[in-house]
Amino acid sequence: MAAITLAGLSKTYPNGHVAVRRLDLRVEDGEFLVLVGPSGCGKSTLLRLIAGLETPTDGRILIGDADVTAQPPQRRDLAMVFQSYALYPHMSVRENLAYGLKVRRTDAATIARQIASVATALDIEALLDRRPAQLSGGQRQRVALGRAIVRKANAFLLDEPLSNLDPSLRAQARAELRRLHRQLGITVVYVTHDQEEAMTLSDRIAVMRDGELEQVAPPLDVYARPANTFVARFIGAPAMNLLPAAVAGVDDPAGAVAGIRPQDVQVRTEGGQLATVDLVEPRGPDYVLHLRLEGSSTPLLAVVSGAMAPAVGAHVFVTLPADRLHLFDQRDGSRLSGP
Amino acid sequence: MNRGPAPIERDETRLAWLLVAPALGIILLVALAPIAVTGWESLHVHDLRLPWLGTPFIGAGNFVEAAGDPRFGAALLHTVAFALISVPLELVLGLALAVMMHSVVRGRAFIRVSALLPWAIPTVVAALLWRFMFEARTGILAGWFQALGLVGPAFDWFVHPLAAWVPIIAADVWKTTPFVAILLLAGLETIDPALGEAAQVDGAKPARAFLTITLPLLTPALVVAAAFRMLDALRLFDLAYVITGGGPGTATEPLSLYAFIALMQRLRFGYGSALSVTVFLLTFVFALVWVRALGRSLTGDRS
Amino acid sequence: MSARPSAVVLGAAGALLLAASLFPIYWMLAASLMPESRLFESGPLLPAAVTFEHYRALFGERDFLVPIRNSLLVSGLTTIVAVPVAALCAYALARLRMRGKSVLLAFVLAVSMFPQISIVPPLYLILRDLRLLNTYPGLVLPYLTFSMPLAIWLLTGFFRQLPRDLEEAAMLDGATRIRTLRDVVLPLAAPGVASTAILIFLYCWNEFLFALSFTLGPERYTVPVAIMLFRGRYQVPWGEVLAAAVIATIPVALLVLACQRRIVAGLTVGATKG
Repeated sequence: MAAITLAGLSKTYPNGHVAVRRLDLRVEDGEFLVLVGPSGCGKSTLLRLIAGLETPTDGRILIGDADVTAQPPQRRDLAMVFQSYALYPHMSVRENLAYGLKVRRTDAATIARQIASVATALDIEALLDRRPAQLSGGQRQRVALGRAIVRKANAFLLDEPLSNLDPSLRAQARAELRRLHRQLGITVVYVTHDQEEAMTLSDRIAVMRDGELEQVAPPLDVYARPANTFVARFIGAPAMNLLPAAVAGVDDPAGAVAGIRPQDVQVRTEGGQLATVDLVEPRGPDYVLHLRLEGSSTPLLAVVSGAMAPAVGAHVFVTLPADRLHLFDQRDGSRLSGP
Repeated sequence: MNRGPAPIERDETRLAWLLVAPALGIILLVALAPIAVTGWESLHVHDLRLPWLGTPFIGAGNFVEAAGDPRFGAALLHTVAFALISVPLELVLGLALAVMMHSVVRGRAFIRVSALLPWAIPTVVAALLWRFMFEARTGILAGWFQALGLVGPAFDWFVHPLAAWVPIIAADVWKTTPFVAILLLAGLETIDPALGEAAQVDGAKPARAFLTITLPLLTPALVVAAAFRMLDALRLFDLAYVITGGGPGTATEPLSLYAFIALMQRLRFGYGSALSVTVFLLTFVFALVWVRALGRSLTGDRS
Repeated sequence: MSARPSAVVLGAAGALLLAASLFPIYWMLAASLMPESRLFESGPLLPAAVTFEHYRALFGERDFLVPIRNSLLVSGLTTIVAVPVAALCAYALARLRMRGKSVLLAFVLAVSMFPQISIVPPLYLILRDLRLLNTYPGLVLPYLTFSMPLAIWLLTGFFRQLPRDLEEAAMLDGATRIRTLRDVVLPLAAPGVASTAILIFLYCWNEFLFALSFTLGPERYTVPVAIMLFRGRYQVPWGEVLAAAVIATIPVALLVLACQRRIVAGLTVGATKG
């Protein structure tokens, strides 16, 4: 396993579109780093740059201590799991697993041994002689993982590997990924647009927007101390409420922006600011209330437990506890202070 | 920031040229070289029957001769007229065939084979077949026309300058309509059926829906089919040579055939080459105009 | 099902078109089996008497096996040369980064647009000087002028249709581009390669002008030329001509029957770009 270092990495396409902007990042050896961001933010491009499937217009890529910027994908010794899994349709599962090793002229005995151990670990022994077309989505995903693991590569690159799975299978696949990571100690760069996946799988999250990193930190840090309004709203569901500081009751002459998570908004039958319930979204264990504060047009989201269940149009009282408020600079959205 | 291509890209480009080289080499050798020679020949006098004259340069002399040559003018007219008649016919019939093939659920394989056979048959065979069917004494189609009272009892199709075109056009349409149909069928199959259904729900009658929705969406495929067919029609040779030999007289002689006669029978390589270049220029100009018009229609008319 | 005119009208029109398509072929077959004397009656649709005299004459007096052999050899050789060479070029054009790619493709297209008649004289002179007139290579080389561009055009289309990420996976697995071509692209593009080979073979089999110009005697005539030259001085021996036409059509018909899907795939690969 090896660390991955990106230094000043940039990618501009011939048509002028800047996909990655002077990016610096270090993925530690054995770390599970999740790259997350909205579509078009450049996360997939970044992954492909690391893999060597795209060439950067500036900057360097190091795997371990070696500068691989000029190396083609064949020589970087990286394993990748594609969103579509990219299993070779004309080869059996066994041949799919063996391909990378065969190309590197590994001897047949070692290949057989490694395939056997990976097949056991991923519970795909029964599938070894089948073709990809005969497998279910979940099985294909495991074979794709197996193909990556069997090579004992320097690092793993995963491009939204769970997005093609049925939602019911996703939780299980996520758990399996975590288990494998702990077991094998592999360096992983994982791309997803699903912030929940990012939170549950990562050692660190890297939030990307428009080709730049907004914040790189462990998941709880990103959740509890978002670096700016973008990260604040991107991580956590429902998204953090952002209001003018004055409305939140914060005395700030510079006019900062205050943020509070819907889970922290207190809704009671008395005491606090008056608000009307515009919409009630039952989620099962709790409700998401879309509120409108008296005298303000800003909508406020709050999460309340099942016991409360107010009706649409009802009047409630809202308190925004000062110790749960985040403050952001009004001009660039950067973090000023918080809990 | 512009350092030029990265080493990876340079390696890839090098490999690309390596892979392209053999094919390119063959094409340059076997196609481009002769084309260049033809171009050269068209600017010189080169009569194989009069070798003592050598091959002096006469610039546009051959082309000037062609411009004043009534047989050339006639051949040009024949070629263009043929293209303008047979191609629209093929498009319309091909569209009808494609629509039918599209709506059929069972027996698709049979229909495809039936449609492909005329296309796959050697042109010479098709030409001879159609000649046979229009022969005054043996031709079954000649007999039908006569039985229907459309022509007189001793009518010889191949003696009449305009009638002689009928078997040629018929053979061409018969042979290439399937090709057009297949191209259009592929286009039809990429049209989202939901669009037609939405139109039906909106109350449009099938014919109207076809005209206002399917047909416009089929335009790209129609344009491609029309382009391919026009290019081939302008180069008409095999059918004319086999069915009528260009006759009666030179009434059914297209440009390519005239060039062939000048080259291989009269052995006037210089003049014949100039005629060949004319055929190429005709197709080239057409292709250019077509691509221009296409580009404008695809970028301009985006409703 | 997209909106279309009424089913009955469509069915009738379709049946008519199909009948028109197949009738001449039927008639060719029927007439070839009619005795010489009956050929000049244009009445009955079904041959009253069936005879094989034309076929016997074909293989007896006219030794029709020779042109068949020639056609098979020339078409086969051209296909065997054109397809692999074109495949390498097509892969580069479809997948590799290189400048001037569109110029190259346009050039290849332009070459194929050139009327065949235009290159007959120089090719004739070249082949004569190389003493290749009336030989097999003397036909294969000219046939490459239209086979190469066609093969490149078709194969580029087929390669482009393959999903990119399979090749990317192979590269990450450590395979070079050439190895990826061999292990991943070609196996998956096999149907497309087959379509291309079939279409090239068909075009060569049917080719007339070059064969007419570059062969000098019956020992090297291909099928189209041989049939064409049956024409006697006074009368066309229609019986034998039609029998030869039937024979010439059989391999084509068999190919179409066996590979109609592949043929259609080849014809439409360029036409419907997504």
